[in-house]
Amino acid sequence: MSGNRAGLTAVPARGLFLKRSRFAGNRGFLVLALPLALFLVFIGYMFVYLFHNGLGVVSWRFLTQPPVNGMTQGGIWPCIVGTVLVAFVSLVFSVPVGILSAIYLSEYAANNFVTRGIRSSVRSLAGIPSIVYGLFGVALFVNAFHLGLSILASGLTLGLMNLPWIIATSEEGINAIPGSFREGALALGATKWEAIRHNVLPYAFPGMLTGALLAVARTLGETAPILFTGVTYYTRNLPHSFMQKFMALPYHLFALATQHDQIMKVRPLAFGTAIVLLVFVLALDALAFVIRMRVATANRWQV
Amino acid sequence: MLNLRRGADRGARVVFLLSSLLSAAVLLGILAFLLFYGVRTFREASPLGFLFGTQWNPDAYGEPEFGLVPLLLGSFLTTLLALLIAIPFGIASAVFVSERLKGWVRVTVKTLVELFAGFPSVVLGFFGLVVLAPFIGHLFHVAFGLNLLNAGLLLGFMALPTIISVSEDALRVVPHSYREAACALGATPWITATRIVLPAARSGILAAVMLGFGRAVGETMVVLMVAGNAPIIPHSPFDPVRTITSTIAIELGESSFNTTHFYSLFALGFVLFLIALGTNFLAESLIKREKRSFTL
Repeated sequence: MSGNRAGLTAVPARGLFLKRSRFAGNRGFLVLALPLALFLVFIGYMFVYLFHNGLGVVSWRFLTQPPVNGMTQGGIWPCIVGTVLVAFVSLVFSVPVGILSAIYLSEYAANNFVTRGIRSSVRSLAGIPSIVYGLFGVALFVNAFHLGLSILASGLTLGLMNLPWIIATSEEGINAIPGSFREGALALGATKWEAIRHNVLPYAFPGMLTGALLAVARTLGETAPILFTGVTYYTRNLPHSFMQKFMALPYHLFALATQHDQIMKVRPLAFGTAIVLLVFVLALDALAFVIRMRVATANRWQV
Repeated sequence: MLNLRRGADRGARVVFLLSSLLSAAVLLGILAFLLFYGVRTFREASPLGFLFGTQWNPDAYGEPEFGLVPLLLGSFLTTLLALLIAIPFGIASAVFVSERLKGWVRVTVKTLVELFAGFPSVVLGFFGLVVLAPFIGHLFHVAFGLNLLNAGLLLGFMALPTIISVSEDALRVVPHSYREAACALGATPWITATRIVLPAARSGILAAVMLGFGRAVGETMVVLMVAGNAPIIPHSPFDPVRTITSTIAIELGESSFNTTHFYSLFALGFVLFLIALGTNFLAESLIKREKRSFTL
């Protein structure tokens, strides 16, 4: 932060501030580093513990077989399929709507009460507990829209939950494009929409992709919103339409960990499910960060 | 041709406006449904009994009781314990990251913290179940490690990334001239950080605490898995508790549609909604206040 640290710590100890301090130098920062270190160690320990216990279970068969014998054996293939399908539905809804809203908010919105209302709604939506989205999904999609307990109802519920994140990250991506890009197009006689379409959106794309990837990563691990909108303990076959109930990784882990009648017997399967879920989430996060880093290093339009 | 282009321009604008209005519509929709379903609770239960009742027993044959108090207490006590851990840890970490770390170390630490914010809560709950619960049982010689303490500890870890990153943002907003002025007066970086920068960022840090509170109070899976889920008023950290969120998660599946029990869960959802909205609103105005205080 301050480049002049070295010179200034050498100021004589007669300074007004120094006498009152128990930490005359900068040793205090060591105390501050401790909580952060503890936090990182805790995360590290958790990963090591889960992978240590789970890796033995994960095999090609575990990934590609359905659960058998009352879920005490077999794999998690239907859960992977269900999770991917639900994430897909949520994105099909939230990405287009999110990007269009972000374009409005960053390119068109005047500073009036409509805009302030929209912005404050988006921020409020981001803070609403996931279980409340679950209730809303039950009331709106399952009951009012007659979608029943289905992939579609769960996916749309998760899509609504995603929406504020997608809007926020897309807007960030669009705002990173310098004004001169738009002005150049406008000066050549383009309409505002043409300027946005040709000179803003293509360059904002990596930023928006990053946001969408991070949003899916979060969506994959969400359990509460799908709990009553379509996820189920066990299905005999893979879903063949979006109107069916489904199995999902996070709920499968929850079920194996707390609901199963032979909890200790299925514990290894629970560990396996947990690390498969973690790998999914981390892979998407990693992809998002790689894209972000590449964009940051490219830095094509910094003058 | 020109008309066509103008038409497309206007059309695009309308489409963008409509999609962004959808967010406002969703917020109002959530409010409307929670209210619409929630008030039906009071066809059978009394509003006063809901707000001040100390028994939550909606299944009881003959005389079901819908008392919010034990659940609200469960939510607040777990969150309080979480904040007791997350506030000192979070602020200390934020000061360290913002005032002491540079370059790739800083980027790495911030990335790790942000990544943990997206950690699936069901996996954290599982960890609490298989590691923390036996550990607590062993350490304090209690038979049952699924309790208030366990849930509070894990929620503290869930709230930590939010508190760290929002506080860190608040500290970064403090103008560099503050630090330079402190240095010029002979303050060490430690004094500058704790006596100058930290107090200057206090409203932003308070906002971080509010957002951390919102995160912890709204969390479902972790408390569902490790809090023990007995809807009683706890007397010690080793008693099991039941939060508002876990009550909804447990009972929505077992209550049938169009019963008072079903509607009462929407009333609980409405309480959560109000808490979340209030917290967000407060945090937002605090962040605005901090930003304003630095503009000349």
